[in-house]
Amino acid sequence: MAQTYLHPAREQSAALKALKKRRRGGAAPYLFIFPWIFGFLVFTLGPLLFSLVISFFDWPIVGKVTFIGLGNYVEMFTDDPLFWKSLMVTLKFAVLFVPLNIVVALGLAMLLNQKVRGSAIFRTAFYLPSVISGVALAMIWSWVYSGDYGILNYFLSVFGIQGPDWLNDTNWSLVAMVVASLWGQGSMMLIFLAGLKGIPKDLYESASIDGSGKLRQFVSVTVPMITPTILFNLITSIIAAFQQLTLALLLTGGGPMKATYFYAMYMYENAFKYFKMGYSAANAWFMFLIVLTLTFLVFKSSEAWVFYEGEMKRGPQKKPKPAKGGRA
Amino acid sequence: MMKKTLSYLALILFSLLFIAPLFWAITTALKSPQELYLFPPKWIPSVFRFSNFADAWNIQPFNLFLKNTLIVTVLSTLGQLVSCTLVAYGFARFEFKGRNLLFLIVLATMMIPWEVTMIPQYMEFNYLGWINTLKPLIVPSWFGSAYFIFLLRQFIMTLPRELDEAATIDGASKLTVLMRVIVPLMGPSLILVAVFQMMNCWNDYLGPLIFLNDQTKYTLTLGLSQFKGMYGVDMQSIMAITCLISIPPLAIFFFAQRYIVGGIASTGIKG
Repeated sequence: MAQTYLHPAREQSAALKALKKRRRGGAAPYLFIFPWIFGFLVFTLGPLLFSLVISFFDWPIVGKVTFIGLGNYVEMFTDDPLFWKSLMVTLKFAVLFVPLNIVVALGLAMLLNQKVRGSAIFRTAFYLPSVISGVALAMIWSWVYSGDYGILNYFLSVFGIQGPDWLNDTNWSLVAMVVASLWGQGSMMLIFLAGLKGIPKDLYESASIDGSGKLRQFVSVTVPMITPTILFNLITSIIAAFQQLTLALLLTGGGPMKATYFYAMYMYENAFKYFKMGYSAANAWFMFLIVLTLTFLVFKSSEAWVFYEGEMKRGPQKKPKPAKGGRA
Repeated sequence: MMKKTLSYLALILFSLLFIAPLFWAITTALKSPQELYLFPPKWIPSVFRFSNFADAWNIQPFNLFLKNTLIVTVLSTLGQLVSCTLVAYGFARFEFKGRNLLFLIVLATMMIPWEVTMIPQYMEFNYLGWINTLKPLIVPSWFGSAYFIFLLRQFIMTLPRELDEAATIDGASKLTVLMRVIVPLMGPSLILVAVFQMMNCWNDYLGPLIFLNDQTKYTLTLGLSQFKGMYGVDMQSIMAITCLISIPPLAIFFFAQRYIVGGIASTGIKG
């Protein structure tokens, strides 16, 4: 009996093995992923390495190409005030933008995560500005910020405040840009909202049974549970801050007095205004290294502050939840 | 009760903050030039001048820009759908040497700032004679994009393998399995990719800015940005075009809202 019972099972496992072999399928998988491999080599890896190579050359778009070793990098650090200026502008922007972006997106997500009617409508309102083009966004804000006829200064005048000419004032233009960028925070808000919805309700219940107030629950339940989402949004915000170009080109052109001359704009102008391809490639690689370093530091620090649910032992009353769709 | 009221007040206040600039753009687009520069400004124009839209459209050859934008958007979206489906299937359904490493590289490329590869790409396209054509905006889409490959691969992984295996036993080739079994089940995730790509493409500014020089090749966003330095273009025209070119992405958003919200949410899930 036992043998006749085992037999079909064995057969099945042999069939499975054959299937596994066929799954491997020789060259087939490589044919399927070929478009990506080709694109990666031609549009990503090739250009990445090539840009490193040309960063060691004086490489005008037309004319003689000369090897100058670290010349571009030396010039950047020692003989180019615009390099330092634009780097400082970008850092200042990042210091203002990154934390605010996270606070605003998280705050809005928390508002939406309550039991309120019409939350889909509010969600749409918060997300709408993220749908339109950066050019449209810049055009709208340049009109909102207009010193004489702008709606913002009108609004302030109602409260008796004389608003500045936002985009032409060295003290305010960068702040104005931060606010315009915050307007497009929608994706980040949605990511936070998904994170908040993923927090098990029983955590709040047990916290409130233990007598914790709302603030206490926020600090000891909400924040720890969404630290992985904060980490993700922190990194994407940092990268976004370093890539800020559209707004600078269209709202201020880098002015006034280079107050909004972002690093990305500096790089762009070196390449496509002055056609110093080698120099601009050196700029780009330096930015790449900064972004990589910052990302690395954030990841490193995350061991101290990011809390992964899977690492904590839960109380026995909680059913263990299988991890959903890991990455690899 | 008190708390609920406060929540609603906050929600309404913030919604107004987010919507007000859009509303301001729309009413500006409808104003007559005389009402444009009034202080205090008028929120609602006394007469709605719908002719502003047609007038603004004729300041530059926007019909041509629309045609260029449509060509780029349609062809590059098709490209992403075809290439990302093939690649995602390859990663999701086969075991092959170097698969995990290659997939890790796919994910890593999402971290590379575009600026780093921008100059060599420009030189590449220049060498091929593609500068000032729409090709640099279309052709790369036919070789897949990391984020979409990731999305589709995750989706295919959720489909039971028994489906493919049944078809394979019936003698279907891998490509047939993909076309007949997998693709028909991928509806929502393919819609998501199409929607994201259409919006990215329609809204793209830096790509057209760098690769196109000649006005006859411009896209809509590039055309709109040209208003910036143009002498004698009134604000109502700029806002009219701003509103018009925002309609398609807004429309797509309204029709595909549930896919988009779900899709963006999934990118932030830890793991």
